[in-house]
Amino acid sequence: MIPADANGDWTVKTQEVADRIRTRVLDHVLRHNGGYMSQALSSAEIFAMLYTRVLNLGPSTAPMIPQPFAGVPGPDNPDFFNGGEYNGPKAPEYDRLIFSPAHYALVLYTALIEVGRLTEEGLSQFDQDGSTVEMIGAEHSPGVETTTGSLAQALSQAGGIALARKRRGDAGDVWVMMSDGEFQEGQIWEAIAEAAKFGLDNLKVIVDVNGQQCDGCMDSEAYVDPLTGRIRAFGASAVEVDGHDLEALDAAMRAETGKPHFVMALTNPVQGLPIFEERAPLLHYLRFTSDEERDRYQAVYEEMVN
Amino acid sequence: MEIVKRPHVENFIAWAKDKPEVVVLTADLTNSSEVGKWRDTYPDRFFGMSMAEQNMMGFASGLAREGFVPYIHTFAVFIYRRPYDQLAMSIAYPNLPVKFIAFLPGITTPGGVTHQAIEDVSIMRATPNMTVLETGDATEVESVLDVAHAVDGPVYVRMLRGEVPRLFPKDEPMKLDRARILSDGDDLVVITAGITTEEAMRAAKPLADAGVGMRHLHVSTHKPFDDPAILESIERSRFGAITLENHTIVGGLGSAVAEKMAEAGSGKRLLRLGLRDTYAHGASKAYLMKEYGLDAAALVAGIENLTGMSTGITDEDLAEARVEATHSLAKAEGL
Repeated sequence: MIPADANGDWTVKTQEVADRIRTRVLDHVLRHNGGYMSQALSSAEIFAMLYTRVLNLGPSTAPMIPQPFAGVPGPDNPDFFNGGEYNGPKAPEYDRLIFSPAHYALVLYTALIEVGRLTEEGLSQFDQDGSTVEMIGAEHSPGVETTTGSLAQALSQAGGIALARKRRGDAGDVWVMMSDGEFQEGQIWEAIAEAAKFGLDNLKVIVDVNGQQCDGCMDSEAYVDPLTGRIRAFGASAVEVDGHDLEALDAAMRAETGKPHFVMALTNPVQGLPIFEERAPLLHYLRFTSDEERDRYQAVYEEMVN
Repeated sequence: MEIVKRPHVENFIAWAKDKPEVVVLTADLTNSSEVGKWRDTYPDRFFGMSMAEQNMMGFASGLAREGFVPYIHTFAVFIYRRPYDQLAMSIAYPNLPVKFIAFLPGITTPGGVTHQAIEDVSIMRATPNMTVLETGDATEVESVLDVAHAVDGPVYVRMLRGEVPRLFPKDEPMKLDRARILSDGDDLVVITAGITTEEAMRAAKPLADAGVGMRHLHVSTHKPFDDPAILESIERSRFGAITLENHTIVGGLGSAVAEKMAEAGSGKRLLRLGLRDTYAHGASKAYLMKEYGLDAAALVAGIENLTGMSTGITDEDLAEARVEATHSLAKAEGL
């Protein structure tokens, strides 16, 4: 459910959140000499839209400073803590966010900070031993409700949640944040076909179509272009938009199509940080190769924040 | 001995009647998994998930997170083999209450290597949070549901279908992590599970006649595996133990017993009978049990090996000891 727009200036706030996601992630990469930078650049508006505009979430029920790792889920571990609590309580009227590309965890944590669901100090625990703020998050990590680091499993999990919620008549939607590389896995196509078969119109998916994967560029000619049509052919609705255009994202994400709905956000993996283009096509992970390079990025960062 | 035709069909319908949280998912194997009538009885609790097991695991995961208890019904190989990553990450890791009703364990199908689950106990035992059960007769087919349902987490059940013998009294249901003691003797312990139990029962009388004292334990819980009766029986025996399993001898019942014996510092011998680190092929159950040494004759040979005793038991003796002439051992079940 998306609340009706009462204020024409919403884009200002949402863009600010997106911009701050970029600068905070760049700051983190500079401090730690490494990180998933391109994911933040391409998906900053997506996360900003989800958390400030689209998702109907209750207040976080989790501590602002993440608690340490309390063990894996199991019958003998009553202390297990689910990261989905950062997205508020589960209730019929609320939406749910199922976060699929776990390698975007740094972006998710940063988004939680920018919308006041996590403290800045939380990010200092990133990738620290004994912390839940893991590099590739699992369901104890802030904002992470299900374990999806083995890519392409989230859509099926969300399908099951959406099926259960549809049976119950819940008003809230189930949103999935995905990356385009995941569509190379066969499970995604099984999931789309079954979600369409069950008429899961409460299942909404926002896809960061940045054309990037671990080994470099996805073959856009052979792969990305027909992606939207393939999703439609499998029985869902799909619409392409500029993934950095908030108004366009808003219209696409509001659409009610009577089917599982995919918003294909076409994004730029170096959006807001053009200097990063020189690394193309290997943009999956940024680690500086020299002090000189790091200094150049530091200079860009200073410009961004000042 | 009574032969029960499709004990799961009506039992599962009656059992699920007052359990609205129970839903069934299958991957295009509805009647093959004996839930066709269940679907017709509870159509709004039945989800046909097409031939797409990876996705089925995810949907089951989501349904379980929302309070349902999915009972996945399909062939064992399409549960632990094809979609293992999904089973492990979407269901087992979060310890969700998804129950896997896994048909065609071991060589119970003529469907050949693609349909024969010969290493499932090993893989499911190694999967954290998973409880692993195996049915050995109609009474266990009927009572395994209560055992599985009471577990807080995922449960994998090696299930029997079609014509199933009733080896155990109807009023003696399966109990979690408790072996059944089917015969007693001082020479050795024979530990069986699933369809191999009937084989050891067949050998019991000829062995007794030959003066061999066999204590026979039937196991229906592979994990947890903490019944003290297992080790106590082995320690009391003169010669040690033999496991006979419808499974590879790597990682299954034989391995579980070996682990217990080694950790306890047992000095007794252990002979593991089962598939000897090999795949099988498509043929009748009786043929394959003989070919791969899973039958009563193989057990008798193993007992002679372990004890050094000569029993003089012939194939004819064992054939005469067949528990029920009408039991269609040689009848190949359809796919």
